[in-house]
Amino acid sequence: MRLEVEITGKAFKNAAGGTQDVLAPIKFSLGDGEVGVLIGPSGCGKSTMLRIILGLDPDFQGTVARPPNARIGMVFQEPRLLPWRSVEQNVRLAAPAVSDAKLSELFRILELEAHRSHYPGELSLGLARRVALARAFAVEPDILVLDEPLASLDDALSGRLRDEIATLVASRPVMTLLVTHSLDDAVRLGDRLFFLSPRPARIVAEVPIGTPRDARGEAEIAAIKAGLARRAQGDRAERDVS
Amino acid sequence: MLRLLSIALLLAIWWTAALFVGGAKLPSPPAVLNVIVAEATSGALFLHLGATLARVALSFVLAMSLGSAIGYWMGRVKLADRLGDPWLILLLNLPALVVIVLAYIWAGLTEAAAIAAIAINKLPTAVVTLREGTRALDRSLDEMATVFAMPRWRAFRHVVLPQLAPYIAASSRSGLSLVWKIVLVAELLGRPNGVGFEIGVAFQLFDTPRLLAYSLTFAAVVLVIETALVQPFEARATRWRPRAA
Repeated sequence: MRLEVEITGKAFKNAAGGTQDVLAPIKFSLGDGEVGVLIGPSGCGKSTMLRIILGLDPDFQGTVARPPNARIGMVFQEPRLLPWRSVEQNVRLAAPAVSDAKLSELFRILELEAHRSHYPGELSLGLARRVALARAFAVEPDILVLDEPLASLDDALSGRLRDEIATLVASRPVMTLLVTHSLDDAVRLGDRLFFLSPRPARIVAEVPIGTPRDARGEAEIAAIKAGLARRAQGDRAERDVS
Repeated sequence: MLRLLSIALLLAIWWTAALFVGGAKLPSPPAVLNVIVAEATSGALFLHLGATLARVALSFVLAMSLGSAIGYWMGRVKLADRLGDPWLILLLNLPALVVIVLAYIWAGLTEAAAIAAIAINKLPTAVVTLREGTRALDRSLDEMATVFAMPRWRAFRHVVLPQLAPYIAASSRSGLSLVWKIVLVAELLGRPNGVGFEIGVAFQLFDTPRLLAYSLTFAAVVLVIETALVQPFEARATRWRPRAA
């Protein structure tokens, strides 16, 4: 199973009646068990791209081929929980087939056991994000999309959640698409990194990471980052020459 | 407790005013109570009250369900909104009396005509309120439901309906008071029973105690419905909101 994305363009009509290009031609694909990371500046069109890939926005040029009947698990930038349903109901409504054992395990991993019957309004942002993660994993997705799931959390918490995401991704074959600003998150979680340009977004560089995720210690991660920095400098030097 | 106190205050003002104005124009509370007891023991009070309540219930349910459905549809579908809007404005501004008289002329002095006329009067306000509610629905939650492939009914029940609940409650509230005011006009003009009919009789005889006896009893019934049905529904629908300690 593969996710094939080939967007040839996407434009918005602005208030003045003109059109504004949000996405330049973009092409990539993702296989089972692979974590693709989209990295780009704020407002470059990442969320627009995700909406197209998820099938929420049919108004674009190009094609997106999702595996047929693929189950999608999504963590939005904001948690998007139903405020009038409890934590457990929020998860169960999205994933009616989830077993009690599986749900308990997820709540244990994400440290949500004490909050099962709480309403989202009673949770901190960090907790609400974890509920959103639990919901996405509970559906046992074929495609997992994470839109800046760790933004605006403190370092310690985002580090722990990142490890939890890594554990959950490793636990079953799923194609994962992660959108992030953080190079650190990208290097620790990703198999392939896609660097995006400012609006209209296009892929400037595609960097595969050879070292398997569980073999990446601090030294390896530092080395990968150094490699990326060299690359970026090289790009800039090249541009300066031209 | 505060509610009881405010009711007591109202009674006190009424009683004092009755002393000044005189019994023929404004009877005192005990005089009205006497009439209520007399009408209740003869059974007439319950007959008329029951007839009016049945009409209120039927036309209210009819108007609310139809109005909510149309309002939801107009809030969701732009074309429906554009097409329905002129009709809505026409209906909103059509005086209740015109609708009732026309209904009686076209359909005869029948029960169906009365209930339809009352329902038509309430319908447009329900449509307007629910249309507003539907327009205010959170699109991001809709997207969430789509991404997680929630079946339509489940998404409607758990994502959409809780967002509409305050609008439905508001519409029920204003609807109940509107319907019960209009039902009396419909009864006065073309029904042989009900609180409105009795008030018509009282008017012809200038019988103020009887008039007050019937209207106050009915107001009390509406108050009970409001506290026993509408408020608990609202409390249940909003129990997820964090409350001030």
